[in-house]
Amino acid sequence: MYVAVKGGERAIDNAHAWLAEERRGDPAVPELSVAQIREQMTLAVNRVMAEGSLFDPDLAALAIKQGRGDLIEAIFLIRAYRTTLPRFGATLPVETGAMACDRRISATFKDLPGGQVLGPTFDYTHRLLDFRLAADGGVDPAPRGAPAAGSVPHVSDFLNREGLIQAEPVTDEVPPDLTRDPLELPASRALRLQSLTRGDEGFVLGMAYSTQRGYARNHAFVGELRIGTCSVEMEIPELGFAIDIGEVTLTECETVNQFKGSKTEPPQFTRGYGLVFGQTERKAISMALVDRALRWRELGEDDQGAPAQDEEFVLYHCDNIQATGFLEHIKLPHYVDFQSELELVRKLRREAGAEARQDAAE
Amino acid sequence: MTEHYNFAYLDEQTKRMIRRAILKGLAVPGYQVPFASREMPMPYGWGTGGVQVTAATLTPEDTLKVIDQGADDTTNAVSIRKFFERTAGVAVTERTAEATVIQTRHRIPEEPLTKGQILVYQVPIPEPLRFLEPSEVETRKMHALEDYGLMHVKLYEDISRHGHIATSYAYPVKVQGRYVMDPSPIPKFDNPKMEMAAIQLFGAGREQRIYALPPHTRVMSLDFEDHPFEASKANHACGLCASTDSYLDEVITDDQGGRMFVCSDTDYCSTRQAAGFKGKDAA
Repeated sequence: MYVAVKGGERAIDNAHAWLAEERRGDPAVPELSVAQIREQMTLAVNRVMAEGSLFDPDLAALAIKQGRGDLIEAIFLIRAYRTTLPRFGATLPVETGAMACDRRISATFKDLPGGQVLGPTFDYTHRLLDFRLAADGGVDPAPRGAPAAGSVPHVSDFLNREGLIQAEPVTDEVPPDLTRDPLELPASRALRLQSLTRGDEGFVLGMAYSTQRGYARNHAFVGELRIGTCSVEMEIPELGFAIDIGEVTLTECETVNQFKGSKTEPPQFTRGYGLVFGQTERKAISMALVDRALRWRELGEDDQGAPAQDEEFVLYHCDNIQATGFLEHIKLPHYVDFQSELELVRKLRREAGAEARQDAAE
Repeated sequence: MTEHYNFAYLDEQTKRMIRRAILKGLAVPGYQVPFASREMPMPYGWGTGGVQVTAATLTPEDTLKVIDQGADDTTNAVSIRKFFERTAGVAVTERTAEATVIQTRHRIPEEPLTKGQILVYQVPIPEPLRFLEPSEVETRKMHALEDYGLMHVKLYEDISRHGHIATSYAYPVKVQGRYVMDPSPIPKFDNPKMEMAAIQLFGAGREQRIYALPPHTRVMSLDFEDHPFEASKANHACGLCASTDSYLDEVITDDQGGRMFVCSDTDYCSTRQAAGFKGKDAA
């Protein structure tokens, strides 16, 4: 005998209790602390801050713990939390030229003012599993030098001085904000960059890779990649001047792209730009390549019909919180719609069967 | 939770922004109004648009009903109802007639809605032309120019291929002779009910669109003179309440092909059972 299903509420509560137990894992194994995640899963924390659009390592670490290490789940928790935060105002633009760099490399010049600084990178490590880490994670302190004196100028400024690289328009316009206004197309470059910096790392990487393989190839060199901390300043109306309110870690990538010139622009180098919270260099480089591909219109290039050139395609699909929600919603009940499809298919089959029988009779 | 969040979760600024979009939608029935959809604590695609519209619509005096697939006890309906119980503290009900605001996914209640009620739909893809034209830039242009030829061609091709219009849910409608509108994925059985006395609001969170139908707006399901629209359902009576004019779900009862049909609208069905109606499968 069929009885209409009741008890959705109890099922949900029980599922959540089980989830909490699974999250904790074997109680005989010591529990992870948020500080451990923050300090030892730093790159995961950075990704969650970048795509969650909220710079707070402690909250990101908490979200990773709560999300059982599922970073998209953690990003979702941060985004939902961020919605509830009041806005006090906007900071002044961050001056990345004044960044205290942990890492700064250029692929276009062998040496340059500010120098090449490798910093804490996986580059040139041999990807051999280090079984010692399984037993003992202790490390010897790395050798230390004195911090380099003076600022670290941007590579693109050197090229700019010669007029070899396309100049960026200078504007004091307040950039649009897609977290406060619905996305409308065509999007300005500032809006595209905002969308990309919080876009899914995997998606942006895939798009960038496709440009390298020939779908709107744009010959990118990493003019410069820098990672470090920048101070954040805010103007306080009561004071009448800007004060330092903290610092953020940022990864900035400027690509220098070959450009033969177009109907509207002389031959010169062009730029792609990536700026992402935290140490997130794969994302920042990817962002710069996709940014450059999306600029085809303003540079007078041809539309090659490549996915990475299509801003509607890129901007509408790069957000992993939108994507994962919609993808996973097909788990929800759809039996009303499925029922109407069942009826339709049965009807069409009945009619097709009747026609076939009639044909056979004739 | 309630003490940490504003009434109905969203801050007043956000609610005002949403209410403006709703008012604009009511002023231009069937037109998709862009709005700055917020990130909600439930996933996109799970009713964030409907939740935001409900949050902007609710007052402390309201009585809320939430249904999914016509039922009050489906998991996502339970979850959304719980959300508003916690964040707004409003009264909730399973009775259609008692509710002042009803949030729904995929169904319109069987019992006719009345003046003073608001029906809020959760909408996955608000653009009725989306599967004919993937670009939003293009489809907005088509609406502006009232260029719906593509849709008619699609329906015509269905008829020439299958003998019928092969759309059984999310069946497109024309609103007050102007905008072609997606009624959300309700079965086409529900389409004729859309000309009603209640206000209908549609929220698509991920796609950042709100649209609306004021009471008694003309809502025509697209069809052809020689192939008129037909609301269809399983040709059975409800196994529990014997209703022959409610929308039915098919339930598989064993692995031998056994099945029964029951009302998808659980409140409608239980009200009828309480009034003494008894189907052939009732206990």
